[in-house]
Amino acid sequence: MIEAIGLGKRYGPHVAIEDVSFAVQKGEVLAFLGPNGAGKTTTMRILTGFMSATAGTARIAGFDIFDHPMEVKRRIGYLAENPPLYREMTVAEYLTFVAKIKGLSGRQVTVALGDVLEKCALGHVAKRLIPNLSRGYKQRVGLAQALVHNPEVLILDEPTTGLDPQQIIEIRQLITSLAGGHTIILSTHILPEATAICQRVVIINKGRVVAVDSQEHLSARVRQTEQISLGVRRPQPDTVSILNTLTGVCRVTPKPMDDNGQVFIVESELGQDIREALSETVYKNGWGLLEMRAITLSLEDVFLHLTMQETGLDPAHVETPEPTETPLA
Amino acid sequence: MRNIGILVCKELRTYFISPIAYVVAAIFLAISSYLFVSQAMYISALSMQMVRFQQEIPPLDIHQTVFLPPFLNMTIILLLVLPLLTMRLIAEEARGHTMELLATSPVRSIELVMGKFLAAWLVVLIMLAITLHWPLMLMSATTIAWKPLFSSYLGLALMSGLFVAIGLFASSLTENQIIAAVISFGILIGLWLTGSGSSDNSTYTSVIGYLSLSAHVEHFVRGLIDTRDLTYLISMTVFALFLTHLMVESRRWK
Repeated sequence: MIEAIGLGKRYGPHVAIEDVSFAVQKGEVLAFLGPNGAGKTTTMRILTGFMSATAGTARIAGFDIFDHPMEVKRRIGYLAENPPLYREMTVAEYLTFVAKIKGLSGRQVTVALGDVLEKCALGHVAKRLIPNLSRGYKQRVGLAQALVHNPEVLILDEPTTGLDPQQIIEIRQLITSLAGGHTIILSTHILPEATAICQRVVIINKGRVVAVDSQEHLSARVRQTEQISLGVRRPQPDTVSILNTLTGVCRVTPKPMDDNGQVFIVESELGQDIREALSETVYKNGWGLLEMRAITLSLEDVFLHLTMQETGLDPAHVETPEPTETPLA
Repeated sequence: MRNIGILVCKELRTYFISPIAYVVAAIFLAISSYLFVSQAMYISALSMQMVRFQQEIPPLDIHQTVFLPPFLNMTIILLLVLPLLTMRLIAEEARGHTMELLATSPVRSIELVMGKFLAAWLVVLIMLAITLHWPLMLMSATTIAWKPLFSSYLGLALMSGLFVAIGLFASSLTENQIIAAVISFGILIGLWLTGSGSSDNSTYTSVIGYLSLSAHVEHFVRGLIDTRDLTYLISMTVFALFLTHLMVESRRWK
């Protein structure tokens, strides 16, 4: 549905983005993740036709964004970082104007307006002037504006910035409910957001794509071993050595004792599932199993790992063993 | 075409919801009406006097005596108020981020420029149309020379079109409305004054003289429709609109 091929944008010597390529399938939700100033907005502005690129191109719904800009624009709904709202219009007037300018006419406009007011739960503020709305409602009007002509592709630039937690949840639910019917790209610098609503993540840093994959795959790529956190009630002095004898276990790190017992971080080779053997050992020795859970790297860890690596910083404080090879080189 | 219509409606709404159109129209109409009424009273007093002293009454040219002076002054008033009407047209879209909506909608930049131009011009034409009550009022008192009057209104309408186009261009250069207004004042006053004061016949002065806005408009207002003046006003307007189109389009390439 969306395919970016080697997009680049330079301002004189300053490179905003370089060689940005990725593809989004129909009905998929893709997150653009990166620190502020990474080039997320620039990429989105190029995709929507607001800006030109200095290199590369992109295809949306089969149309080249530079050869057929009108066809592309008809199929895109775009919510910019600052929602493009007119101060002198009411919500209904504004959405009617947007529907018309996006190419709807006659009955279609009325139907689209009713639909979008309901979808975004704006019905009761339809007659209010836009500047009198709260930040959360303005954002919803912005989203409604992107949705009103029922576009195939939605491009949302930081849709939850500046909202309170309740509003963030509402907007996320709204976006999740739209997935499937629309192909969605959204940008964010908030990591849990990407995990919460997106199937795939493009991590972008300093204008370059650092990684494109699903969250699980990304954490697997950064991680070199499987890690299990094992909590027992009555650890013995020989617990570490016994655990080390199990097949597949390569390292056991005991955590300090506390009142409830002790936690051991058991590392095993990639692809080895040692949970069954572990629980059996604990049970046979009567240590008293309290908890056992696989440690997955959060997106934060992956993100830090990838972006630090890019700048050559030491990723040691990320909770992973020293990388023996660069996973994404 | 459809998009132009949608944009014209939207701009007209904005003009008539915000006080700007009313303020500009009120000031324009108040000043020009005052000038017209005082001129009409002066001429009427003068003709009374002539009748009283039983002088030979020279044939009174109603257009030259009553309408010409206020119309000439009107051109200056329009020059001073129209930049205030046009300054927000594009600057405000850029500043309020709504340009992102328009530029990512299936609207060509030429449609955007034409929509805004036509809306603002229409507001000025409404203002001019209101002044039509002057000759209508005088109809009961005297015979109106409609032909030169038509020529005057045609000239004023075309001239305000050019003013609006230049104002629109100035508005496309910046996000700041004040700067847009100052730039259009600069261009308009510059065009108005070129050619005044030089009298030799060199190519330079004739070119500069042709550019002079005031001379072309004055022909119309006096009752002369000359293709040279028509060409001047229309081509300058088209040129200003074309430059605006280029400016809007070039934002994409920045």
